[in-house]
This record gives sequence, structure tokens and C-alpha cells, in this order.
Amino acid sequence: MVDSMLIIESFSDALISGLIAALMTVVNLLPSSVSEAFQYAFMQRALLTSVLVGAICGMLSCYVVLKRWSLLGDAISHAVLPGVAIAYLLGWPFFVGAFITGALTSVGIGAIERNTRIKSDAAMGLMFTASFALGVVIISKLASSTHLMHILFGNVLGVRHSALMLTFVASIIAILAVWLAYRPLLLYAFDPQQAQALGFNTQVIHYGLILLLTLTIVASLETVGIILVVAMLITPGATAHLLTDRFKTMLLISVSIGICSAVIGLWLSVVFNVASGGAIVLVAFGFFIMALLFSPKQGLVLQQWRRRKMG
Amino acid sequence: MNTDMSHPVAAIEVQGLYAAYQRQIVLENIHLTFPAGKWTAIVGPNGAGKSTLFHVLTGSMKALQGSVNAFGEPIVKHRRAGQIAYMAQREAIEWDFPVSVWDTVMGGRYGHMRDDVLWRRLLPARWHHARHTEAVEKALIAVDMLVHAERPIGALSGGQKKRVLLARALAQQASILLLDEPLAGVDPPSEKLILAVLRREREAGKTVIMVTHDMPGARRYVDHVVLINRFVRGTGTPEDMLSETKLAELAVSSIEQTTTDRQTVPAASFSPEQG
Repeated sequence: MVDSMLIIESFSDALISGLIAALMTVVNLLPSSVSEAFQYAFMQRALLTSVLVGAICGMLSCYVVLKRWSLLGDAISHAVLPGVAIAYLLGWPFFVGAFITGALTSVGIGAIERNTRIKSDAAMGLMFTASFALGVVIISKLASSTHLMHILFGNVLGVRHSALMLTFVASIIAILAVWLAYRPLLLYAFDPQQAQALGFNTQVIHYGLILLLTLTIVASLETVGIILVVAMLITPGATAHLLTDRFKTMLLISVSIGICSAVIGLWLSVVFNVASGGAIVLVAFGFFIMALLFSPKQGLVLQQWRRRKMG
Repeated sequence: MNTDMSHPVAAIEVQGLYAAYQRQIVLENIHLTFPAGKWTAIVGPNGAGKSTLFHVLTGSMKALQGSVNAFGEPIVKHRRAGQIAYMAQREAIEWDFPVSVWDTVMGGRYGHMRDDVLWRRLLPARWHHARHTEAVEKALIAVDMLVHAERPIGALSGGQKKRVLLARALAQQASILLLDEPLAGVDPPSEKLILAVLRREREAGKTVIMVTHDMPGARRYVDHVVLINRFVRGTGTPEDMLSETKLAELAVSSIEQTTTDRQTVPAASFSPEQG
């Protein structure tokens, strides 16, 4: 038992160093003024974490945007806080606590919505702020405020090896899940009633997707933090939606934007010595603005130009 | 008790069904038999519960009470076997969704893909078993949309959108077709095409059940009519059910219903006589 754990651990260690080495060969192709920043081990860990987080956030954001779950994503990301605090208190892995409170909150939202006259937006606002407040209270009693700040806003430069491992495993699970359940997820997002009629269990798909969201949020905790992760769960998908009419292409663009924003944001945060989470989100927003203006079909600039040409 | 009875098989049999939205009863004590291999029209005023009935049949809404069987077995079994095809109203679909016509119609095959071996299921749909591609192609040809296969669904006209939804239902090659207002808001050529497709399906032995407001069309084509307004208000041939007097009664029933609203007449007195 212990032996097999050790084997798994050393195997994933090797995998992570392999991935970092692969990333570094790409980075070293860049001008030395850029690649210089990535020569330290902590920067390399930060880089790999950012790439993974950018990729899975980008992937999930397609579903969040198309399913109109932006507010739900926001709710879950806040609801994760007390779980993280309790897990910290009990010495559990962050993910376990985060998943429990995240899932409880989303079930609570559903229950209020179904059984009372309160509408879904109020139910979400109510549940996630309460959950978040509980988290703030617990943490204020337990840990220093810097620790709280790191959870809220991320601290990618301080990512420890264990956190990178967690992000790595979470990413693999998320990618595998989306691949294996690609069709049910797509059908559920597009037309849940059709999914029902075809005999898919939409309850399972629904909560599976929430589980995936929670997983992604926890994996992103150290990089962009609880508050800003929701930006990474909306912006890449929304940007990709402006650029294509194919779901697979949308996934691809969204993942690319997620990765690019994470890496560029990380680099900028080091060069200008600003908060990494904020920098990453601002870069993603920059991509969105570019797409909004210059997208071939939806872009405002081309629309104006076409209108002028017509008139 | 079930399938091997000698009289005409019921494709769908609804017994003692009650359904509600929030806490408002929409369908009350519904007993209905949809004969197999026949084309049935469900007629009723707006808000009469026709779409709700379909929601219950497709499983997206739970009934408060009552049972629904298909071919003598619980309908859920036939849903899982991909034997219930459903065509939604145009408004129920997110047309901005980034999928092509082809991908949308392929959606009708997703139920059957569960029967494929695992490694195939992990591949893109195009590399799947040829029977899926063939079914999609056939369905697109039937509704005359094959040339538009690669277009995004958002770029289609109203009639084309309806035809794509119909093609998705056809691609499923199910034994029962549930169609929610397949003719609402379509251009005359599309309407003609849709009616011809449905007639062919019925001739091929499929059970076709559609909600419609198109009385002339229903009079001309369907075999069986169900009048619904919260209760079943009548079942029978198009000649009997779609007569001026019957339709006038149905219209009056909807006015009555809004005036008396919740204090309704005992449900039992409305249960239709089923043969």
C-alpha cells in the first residue's frame, strides 16, 4: 500500500518535471528578456500551474457561458471558502472541504428555488454570500489575514509542490471527464429536454457539471483566487463564442485564450511586480475586447465598416 | 397483461395523469390512448397543457400522479432505448449555440451511440459507426437540408430551423415521434414538406403524435384527434372532433376554466370513454 503510494508519487513527480522541462524548451525559444524571468524553480512551478489552470478554466468556461451559469459559477466559487477554511482546520486536502460546501450550496440554491417563491438569482445571492461570510468568519479566527488574501486573490508565485500536484491531478480529471462525457454534456448544454427524451440522466449530468466546476475552482485557488476565478470561467468562453460557430473550435479557442492569459498575466505580474491574479484576468479581458472589436462576424469594427459600405 | 393483447396496441397509454407547474395544476386526470402506427393530433387552446403533456412523455417533467406506458411497458424503458423522438418548439432551442446543422441532427443519434463499443464513443461523431452518419444524411435529405449541413444553425430561416429539428427527430429512427407544433410559423413550402415527411413516417409504421393549431391540415391528414384543455375534452376521428361545434365547445371550455379557475368540477366526470 505504502509502496504503491510512493510509486504513484514519484511517477507524478517525474511527470511534472517532464512537463516543466517541455514548457521550458518552449519558453527558452522566446527572447532572453522574456525567458529570463522563468529560470527560477518557483517561476517554473507558477508557469505550469498557470498553464493548467488556464486550460481547464477555458474548457469549463464554454459550458458556463453557453449554459448561462455565470452567476452559478460565481456562487460556487464563493461558497468554496468555508470548505477550504474547515479543511485547513482539520488538516484535510482543500478539495474535499471545498467540494462539500460548494455542492451543499448549489443543492441549497436548487431547493430554495423549487420549494419557495424566491427566484433563482435571489436564491444564489443569498446562499453564496452567507457561505462566503461563514468562510471569512472562520478564517479570521484561524489564520492570518495574508493567508485569507492568498485564498481570495491567489498567490501563484508561492505555489508549493503539493498545490501544483493537486492542480495537476484536478486538471487531468477535468479533461478526462469532459472527453468521456463530451456528448451528454454538449446535448445537456444545448437542449436538456432532448437529452431527457433520449433517456440521459440529466440530474447526473447537472451535478456532474457542478462537480467539475468545483474541481476547477479549487484547482485555480492558488493561481487567481476565489474572487477572480469566475472571470476565468466566463471570459475565455465568451471571447471564443464571439469568434466561432463550432463547439469544438470554441473549446479550442477558449482553452488557448485561457492558457495565453494565464502565462502572459504571470509574466506581466513579475515584470511589473503586481498581483498575478489581477494581471491574468486583465489579460483575458484584453482578449475579449479584441474579439469584441475585431471578430470577423460579431466584431463591432467590421459591422460598422460593413454598414458604412452598404449605406 | 400487456403486449400480447389482441386488440390494437397502444403506442402510448396515459393513465390518471396529473401534472402541475409550481403549484398550479395544468393537467388533471388524463386518460389517453395513442394508437400505434397512427397519426394523432393534439388540439387545444393556448395554455391547455399540450406541451406539458409532452414534457411528461419526454421525462423532462415529473407527473404528480399517474402512469405513462409505451407498448405496454413503462415509457422510460423506451426512452432509454432511443425509441421516443421529440421535436421541440422553435422557441425552446438556443439558436445562438455554436453548432452546425449536421451536428444538431447528429444529436438525435446520441441515444443510440450508447450501444456502441467504448473506443468508438471516444471518437468524433464522424468516425463513428457508419449507421449514424447514414441516418443523419437520410434525415437531412428527407427534409431537403443536406446542402445546408455545414451552416451554423443560427443562420437558418424559420422554416429551415423547423426542418432541422424534424431531421433530428427522424435521424433517431424511433418508433414514436412526438412533435410540438411542427407547423407553427413555417413558410408554405416547408409546411408541405413537413406534412409529406410525416405522412411517409406514418406509412412506414411509425406512431406520429403532434400538437397543432392547424385545423385544415389536421382534418386532411391525421387519423385520430385528442382535444385537451386541462382535462381530456374528447377523442375520436378528425371529422367528429374537429367539427365547428366541438371546437366551439373547446373554446368555451377555456373561458369557463378561466372564470371558475381553481374550484373545478369533479375530475372523474371528465374522464373520457376509452375503448
